[in-house]
This record gives sequence, structure tokens and C-alpha cells, in this order.
Amino acid sequence: MNLVGFYASLDPWVQTALLKTLEILGVLLVVVFSVAFMTLAERKVIGWIQGRMGPNRVTLIGIPFTEGWGQPIADVVKLLFKEIVLPANADRVLFLLAPMIALVPAFATWAVVPFSPAFVLADIDAGLLYVLALTSLGVYGIILAGWATNSKYALLGALRSAAQIVAYEIAMGFALVGVLMVAGSLNLSDIVRSQSGAFGWNVIWLAPLAVIYFISGIAETNRAPFDVAEGESEIVAGFHVEYSGATFATLFALPEYANMILIAVLTSVMFFGGWLSPFDGYLPATSFLAQPSFVWLLGKIVFFLFCFLWFRATFPRYRYDQIMRLGWKVFIPLTLIWIFVEGLMVYWHVGPWRH
Amino acid sequence: MLINILFYLFSATLITASLGVVLARNSVHSAMFLVLAFFTSSGLWLLLGAEFLAIVLVLVYVGAVMVLFLFVVMMLDVNVAQMREGFTRYAPLGALIALIVIAEICYVVWHPSLKLDMLGLTSDVAASASNTRSLGLVLYTKYAYPFQLAAVLLLLAIVAAITLTMRQRPNLKKQDISAQVAVRKGDRLRVVQVASEKRP
Repeated sequence: MNLVGFYASLDPWVQTALLKTLEILGVLLVVVFSVAFMTLAERKVIGWIQGRMGPNRVTLIGIPFTEGWGQPIADVVKLLFKEIVLPANADRVLFLLAPMIALVPAFATWAVVPFSPAFVLADIDAGLLYVLALTSLGVYGIILAGWATNSKYALLGALRSAAQIVAYEIAMGFALVGVLMVAGSLNLSDIVRSQSGAFGWNVIWLAPLAVIYFISGIAETNRAPFDVAEGESEIVAGFHVEYSGATFATLFALPEYANMILIAVLTSVMFFGGWLSPFDGYLPATSFLAQPSFVWLLGKIVFFLFCFLWFRATFPRYRYDQIMRLGWKVFIPLTLIWIFVEGLMVYWHVGPWRH
Repeated sequence: MLINILFYLFSATLITASLGVVLARNSVHSAMFLVLAFFTSSGLWLLLGAEFLAIVLVLVYVGAVMVLFLFVVMMLDVNVAQMREGFTRYAPLGALIALIVIAEICYVVWHPSLKLDMLGLTSDVAASASNTRSLGLVLYTKYAYPFQLAAVLLLLAIVAAITLTMRQRPNLKKQDISAQVAVRKGDRLRVVQVASEKRP
């Protein structure tokens, strides 16, 4: 049967539904593959920083010079075939539901990410609010996992993680308020467009907010040096002590890495011009280097992901009370001060408001 | 057509979830049913075209309020049997209150003098401009003072709650993090030159 003819014969709304579903599947596949190879990149980069080799055994289906590249696939196969252990006194339903609840917000947020000038899954007006709402849901998977396991270590890890995420979310929200004031819109594509031209990137005028946003993002994803929720030296592995096999992969690995990539994307979009070229406004607009495209966004994402790994290999873990102090007593006041400074900028027409 | 299917789907889930909140034996399960109820009602609001309210419902209630709720509920050791004791005694009162609420809702929705035409409401608000923008325009111009007053009231509540629960305990050994962070190498470390022993 002729596929094109069949597609054209469908109702318009069926066509849209099909097309969107395919697009969503495409984005999800790319995200999942990035997550898989992110784990490899993490082990390789940290290995190099520490003067080791990192994974260097499994090849990609025997192709020479790809030693280590097959490691993520080997890991996935291993995790999928391991036994899922259910603790005797665990709350079975929530124990199995928690990984899925953790996964949904990590994937759903990708709907509003502007990948290129032409491609966004859902170009909605309240994009920024949507991002804030969904990132605040990531904590449920962790809390439920910690509680349903019915273990003291898991509960402690869950409580730590919940307190930490709630604290840093406020700083993140305030940092985004600054971006919102510059762009005058909640739509992520508009936010990117508002940063075009020379000295247009938000990071130039909102540097403190950009730094706070990225650090809070690291804390929000429970990455080192803020990974006390799993702090293996104190509480074994925190909220995922009792998780094994596929539940471990979906509770811990997938959402954590997907959220890392997401924070890298959002930092690029909010403060570093998203898909805008870094030469935009400095070179003539006709130059091919000044064209906006997905490649620039990709470059920025890779840089921030590298920072994640770099920080993990460099900094020792924070103590829990110091994390709380940093969130509540340093970041939140700083963001409030900078929002006030932005108010002054608006009043005196400097920075993004100079025109 | 599609919207009708979604509406009935969301409504059915909402009713089931609300029943779950009341009927679940475990308080954490109740809290999770409440989260589901918030989600489905936010879906209903999205169908009405009220995207700001829908997203803020998820952001505030699911993302913040219910997290703290779960936080507390998880740490409480609730005795379910003791809580169930008074169930039959209070059931008639509960049923009466539920009936009154349902009657009030029916009156508001169906009484002709109130003119709450559900279908009419959806059509003229939905397709118009971004309601985040229009809400913002109204809140910060026409209702600026009431809005600020509400914000101050909330701030007052926060301060009051903190002062009520914060107590100073005299003999508490606390870590002074600012002092810890401000520490420099010279404060803690002393390099001593020790004379080496003579070889025998």
C-alpha cells in the first residue's frame, strides 16, 4: 500500500497526532541514547581527570578502535536481566511505581525545549512555567522510593533529597524571574530570540543569576558535590539502597542523567542564547557563522555537561547543613538582590533595556 | 469530540482519585491520590484554556504543598485502627455535609438566574490571547494593591509561623558555618620544623 497516499487520506487531526507522536518518539530516543552515552562519557572523563583509562573493553559490535564505546549497551543489557528484588516489608505498589513517577517529569519537560528556530515539540506560551512545574515534580520519585523501601537509610536519603530540592528550587525560580524580566515572555523560543545581537546573551547582564541557576541545577539533580541524598559514606546509597536491575536503571540512572542534560539545555536556553550563534551580532548577519542553528545549542549543551563531570571529579561532597545554608542563606538572598538590581536597570535603561 | 473524550477521562480519574483520598487505608497513599486529583483537575483547566491556572496548580500544590505534606505524613506513625474507630459515628455528619456541598454546586451550575452557561464560558475565553499575560496585566494594574496586600499577608503568616515554632535552647552545641567557611589555612595549620635525628 502506498504510505504517502494513506497518510494524505487521513483526517487532519489524525495526521497531526501521528506526526507529533513520531516527533516525540524521536526526541525521546535521542534523549535516551544521550543518557546511555553520557554514562560512558562520565566514566571516561573522570577517568582521564584522575589519570586512569576508564572503560576500555567492550567494543561496538567488534569494530576496531571503539574499545569502551559498547559499555553503555553492555550495562543496559546487564541491568535489564538482573533480578528485581522486592524488600519483604516494602510497600509493593509504591516501590514499583516510584521509578516510573521519577521518569515521567524527566521526559515530559523536553516538550517545550526549543531545539532550533524551527523545531519545538510544543511552542506554548507558558513554557517557562511548565518547566518550573515539571522540574518540581522530580522529587516525588525520590521521596516515594525512599519511603516505600521501608528502610531507615532510604528514608533519610529521601528526606535529605526532598529538603534539598525544595530549597534550591526557590533559588532556581528566582533566577528564572530575572530571565523573564529581560524577555518579557514565558515562551522559551521568545526568550532565546530576546538574546540576539551583540552583548545580548542573558549571562552578560544576569551573570550572578546564571551561576546560581547552574549550581542550583546541579543540586536539583542530586549530582556531586551535592549528592548527599545517596551519600554512600553515611547512608549506604540513600533512596535507592534496595533497588536493583531495571528498577534501578529507571529510578536512578535515566531520570538523573536526563535531568542533567535538561539542566544543561535550560542553562543554554535561558542564559547562553540557546540556538543563537555566539558570533551573532559580531559578524555580518549574512555570514554562515552567525546563523542560528541546533549545532550551537549542541555545543553549549556539551560544554555544560562537561562541567557536570568536571565538578564531580573536582569537588569533595558538601556537608548536609552547609548545602542547606548555601541554598537558603546565600542563593535566595543573592537572587533577590539581583532582581532588585534588574529593576534599577529597567529604570535607568541600561543593559537589555538600553533601546 | 476529542475534547469530550478527554473531559470524561479526566473527570472519571478525578472522581476516582478523590474517593481514593478518603478511602485509602494508608495516609501516604491518600496523599498520592490527592496528587493525582490535583493533576487531573489541572488537566480539566487546560481543556478550558486556562493554562496559567492549570500550571500554577501543579507548580504550587503538587510541586510544593504536597511535597511538604508527604514529608510530614511519611514521618508520622499513624495508627490506622485508632483513626477508624469513630468512622460510623461521624459518617452521617460527613454525608450531610457532602450533600449540602453537592446541592450548592448544583444550584450554582443549573439555576437560571446565575446564568452560568458552561459551554458559553469555554468558547470565548479559550481561544483568546495568552491568559498568563492578561492575568498579569490585571493583577499588576487594576488589582495591584489587593495583590500586594495578599503577598504581605502571606509573608506575615510565614514570619508568624516561624516565630511560633522557633525556640532558643541555651545549651545547644551548634556549628557556626560562617566561621567554618571563613577559616583559612593559617588558623588551623602550623608547620613545625623538627630537627632530624642524628644517625647512630
